[in-house]
Amino acid sequence: MKILLSKPGLDGHDVGVKVLAQALKEAGYHVLYTGLRKTVDEILDMAIEQRVDVIGLSILSGTHLIIAENIRKTMDDRGIQISWVVGGNIPAQDVEALMKLGPDKVFPTGTQLKEVVEYFNSLT
Amino acid sequence: MAASKRKKALKEVFLESGITVKPVYTNKDIEDSGIEEELPGQYPFTRGIHAEMYRKRPFTIRQYAGFASPEETNERFHFLLKNGQTGLNVAFDLPTQCGLDSDSPEAYGEVGRVGMTVDSLADFEIAFKDIDLNQITVSLTINGSAIVLIAMYFALAEKWGYDISQLRGTAQNDILKEFIGRGTWIFPVDKSVKLVVDTIEYCAQHVPKYSPVSVCGYHIRESGANPIQEMAYAFCIAKAYSDGSLKRGLDIDEFASRLSFNFDIHGNFFEQVAKFRGSRRLWAKIMREEYHARNDKSCWMRMIAGGGGGGLTKEQPENNIIRSAYYALVSTLSGTQTMALCSYDEAYTIPTKKAAELSLRTMQILIHEMGICDTVDPLGGSYYVEALTDQFEKEIREEMKKVDEWGGIEKAIESGKIQESVSRQAYIRESGLQDGKIPKVGLNMFRREEEAKPVDFHPYNEEAAQTQVDKLILIKQNRDNKLVEKLLIRIHNDAVEGKNLMPVVIEAVKAYATVGEIIQTLKDVYGEFQEPIFL
Repeated sequence: MKILLSKPGLDGHDVGVKVLAQALKEAGYHVLYTGLRKTVDEILDMAIEQRVDVIGLSILSGTHLIIAENIRKTMDDRGIQISWVVGGNIPAQDVEALMKLGPDKVFPTGTQLKEVVEYFNSLT
Repeated sequence: MAASKRKKALKEVFLESGITVKPVYTNKDIEDSGIEEELPGQYPFTRGIHAEMYRKRPFTIRQYAGFASPEETNERFHFLLKNGQTGLNVAFDLPTQCGLDSDSPEAYGEVGRVGMTVDSLADFEIAFKDIDLNQITVSLTINGSAIVLIAMYFALAEKWGYDISQLRGTAQNDILKEFIGRGTWIFPVDKSVKLVVDTIEYCAQHVPKYSPVSVCGYHIRESGANPIQEMAYAFCIAKAYSDGSLKRGLDIDEFASRLSFNFDIHGNFFEQVAKFRGSRRLWAKIMREEYHARNDKSCWMRMIAGGGGGGLTKEQPENNIIRSAYYALVSTLSGTQTMALCSYDEAYTIPTKKAAELSLRTMQILIHEMGICDTVDPLGGSYYVEALTDQFEKEIREEMKKVDEWGGIEKAIESGKIQESVSRQAYIRESGLQDGKIPKVGLNMFRREEEAKPVDFHPYNEEAAQTQVDKLILIKQNRDNKLVEKLLIRIHNDAVEGKNLMPVVIEAVKAYATVGEIIQTLKDVYGEFQEPIFL
């Protein structure tokens, strides 16, 4: 499975996403990383170009709902169907609202690395 | 027999830095340290940069604050000042940090979210309303767009009739650490350093009491670096800015005394204290031996050090109040100049008013009730602390040599070598926290199984964001747009010619040119940083 980890928005906190990338690589996944400050369109372009199976969005600045809405809308507009998941500094009370926007999974603050790895294991 | 058995049963202790800790230290461990001859306030300043330290004046309390609109920020400033805070530490929102105006499409949803929005000088005029810039030292936490915000602060002071040659204050303005952690870089590495050096040169010549750069080991550590890497990389960065300034023809003593540092505190108590003491000695030696600084002040490792967010947990957040109090104690015992503590809710939100007040009180209790300020360097002479201090000095020097082997700090950032080594360390740390090898109360031991109670969040003010955009439109209508255009062209030309940009940027912000306009002008000349991706 090919996973694209991404940093949408202006948030520069990338420790978590890089740690997760390491963990997923060690678990045997093919992991790509966009780097910081990518627009939703740039992330989707890369996902299509690299034919990834899942997009992971890492958001720590509190803009998760806005960005999730944006990616949902952009995918609809462009007719793209790729599964996506969201992680980062996501308060538990926002999980339900986020899930309504269409990601396959939300990993709120405090999620363990192994929980994320197990999630991907469950997909294969 | 019994004794040797007991010895075998003792577990080995390694600090996060990899240093082994012995069960007991004696005078033999500090024979070569020379510490017995050393006094605080004397080179190489292991015991502190001032002879009397807090006996004369306690450390400055400077909590990080900045909320949404300049109006709200101003209100919070007055609240903190009324409660006894002696310095202001301004947080900016991400668009401002990345050099974007609040009406830029990329700024949507981010305006005022993690700090104050600044589009133009008009916002500074509101944020600092009724604050005496001579009485209070203001610290601007800004990096990528720092040259514009520093210029704005000077422009404000001039406009309000202050003599800027007497103006005090600090800017973070450490772009090199942004490439390692935190991520608000804009321009390529060499151009970014050029802009920092512009501010150093300008301040040395016109605003000599201002500290234009606060080199941040803090964010490097928060990105995963161990305490040795934190200090080593910070020193390499400070050397890079110094080298750039020397190339402009400045004398080391013209600017080195205005460089300051921002460091992190979390993890092992004694390791942190020794880290600061050993580093202070090493920095003094670097300045005197390598840079031939004659002025003692140029050799001072002046610092702000308080809590490290990385030590706080989202689990059982009240525990963070206790942790922060210990971090404050470490900071005091390490001889800090300024302190800012993370608030207990900072692991998941920007601090609420109540949490910010608790941090303030934590520091005030330390100063006024604990007798901590009565004598200088109270841990000085401790066999353990002195032995560790010596080891830290040595290990940091070794780590700095590695950076030299990578071609120096700028090359090592361009190639991603530093980022990679920090990232690897972050993975080791996170794995250790998750499997319990690194003990963390409430996280991997003594967990509370019941549902966490809801915590207060600092709310996002969408209306304020729109108001800010409306205000920006109005400013653009009412300013002298011909003048702004002319000044932006001059910024472009001065950048092409490699001139110091501070004078023209100050002129431009006085004419209400915006952060976004100035940064975009520079992007057109310099281009943008291409982030190296390694996995």
